[in-house]
Amino acid sequence: MTTLPRTRTAPEVRVGESLPEVRIEMTPTFIVSSALATRDFQDVHHDRDRAQAGGSADIFVNILTSTGLAQRYVTDWAGPEALVRGVSVRLGAPCYAHDTLALFGQVLSRADDGEFEVEVLGRNGLGEHLRGTVRVALPEGAS
Amino acid sequence: MGVQVERDADAEIRAVAERIRAAGESGPRLARDPVNQPMINNWVEALGDENPVYADESAATASVHGGLVAPPAMAQVWTMPGLRPDFDTDDPLHAMMTALDERGFTSVVATNSEQTYHRYLRHGERIGVTTRLESVVGPKRTGLGDGWFVTTRSTWYSGAEPVAEMMFRVLKFRPPQGEPAAPAAEPEPAPAILPAISRDTAYFWAGTAERELRIQRCGGCGLLRHPPGPMCPECGATSPTHLVAAGLGEVYSYVVHHHPPLPGKTLPLVIALVELDEGVRMLGELHGVEPDRVEIGLRVQVDYRAEGEITTPFWRPAGGAA
Repeated sequence: MTTLPRTRTAPEVRVGESLPEVRIEMTPTFIVSSALATRDFQDVHHDRDRAQAGGSADIFVNILTSTGLAQRYVTDWAGPEALVRGVSVRLGAPCYAHDTLALFGQVLSRADDGEFEVEVLGRNGLGEHLRGTVRVALPEGAS
Repeated sequence: MGVQVERDADAEIRAVAERIRAAGESGPRLARDPVNQPMINNWVEALGDENPVYADESAATASVHGGLVAPPAMAQVWTMPGLRPDFDTDDPLHAMMTALDERGFTSVVATNSEQTYHRYLRHGERIGVTTRLESVVGPKRTGLGDGWFVTTRSTWYSGAEPVAEMMFRVLKFRPPQGEPAAPAAEPEPAPAILPAISRDTAYFWAGTAERELRIQRCGGCGLLRHPPGPMCPECGATSPTHLVAAGLGEVYSYVVHHHPPLPGKTLPLVIALVELDEGVRMLGELHGVEPDRVEIGLRVQVDYRAEGEITTPFWRPAGGAA
């Protein structure tokens, strides 16, 4: 029997609050396994020769993984019962193999229905890999 | 002539796009598999997502969900076309990609994804997706090469119920010929951006040209001030003079600039706010010390270098090797 970790409640979260930085190593294994786990078989995500022939420096992370990492980053911070309502990402610099992705975040706003918008920024050695928002609803908390 | 051929090709791409767009929404394409634990396990394992509501039945049962659910960000995963895609359907994104491939825009990168989840999905639901082409914009010159931005909108259904929506944009581009882009390469040397010289600051730059560090001094009350301005904040006099500083001070604060790149600069670069022995504080680059060895209170001395038309001052550790 696993106990469920605690989830942040809406009253505990302050607009403007920062999320802790998380760094993820972009190993070839990570890039390939996440591409396959998202059923994305584009060669640029697993075949370096083909990626380079297409003008890339190496294999790179696919957008479904960037979306998933944004979701994970916010729910890791908010807790397991945060309800994810949406994830938007805009990609900039590619995340090539052997780079490190550093994720940063900040609570941007709170809507009337208690849904929070959290900005997520992912930087790597080339600059800004992703900028996006994750929308989450948090429990109101016991009173 | 060549320009005309290009314009014809562009017009042709726009015509194809308009035809696909006018055809509207594709019929629903069903997921290969219903929502299931093994695929969820693969996903959470690969992405390192340890949220127990996706993989731990007892924790999920105790949660607000009352049972296991799929990660919302997997919505698109269920209907991915897979390793051997069967596109006998009227998939608009695939049709547009093919049209651009045929015209030499052979590479693709995704640039935007905006997903909304109406609810969490549960095991056993077999969802389907409909997609329509929203726009094709181009040709655009990008860092990757010339290309077209292709935007689609998709809706996922479980039965007749919409469960998720997405705006998805890709750049379909023509890779430049020759060597692949080498992002780790040294940036092109470019001239540094130099300060603009105004009537208020001319005395300072005239000083650096003589390898003198000049501090503005009020002609009325004698107050030293930096950065310079036309009027003394203390007595209001508008008759500034200056004195020549000894060029010694200590680091009052500093930042290490890693990004973004700056023309003519090698990063990382330490920018120090130095408190001069005369009392004013002055910004400048700090050289001759590793960024992680800089400390508040570090004694520094001024040095100069010619950059284009002007001579700029910078800091180096005092008494260090010149």
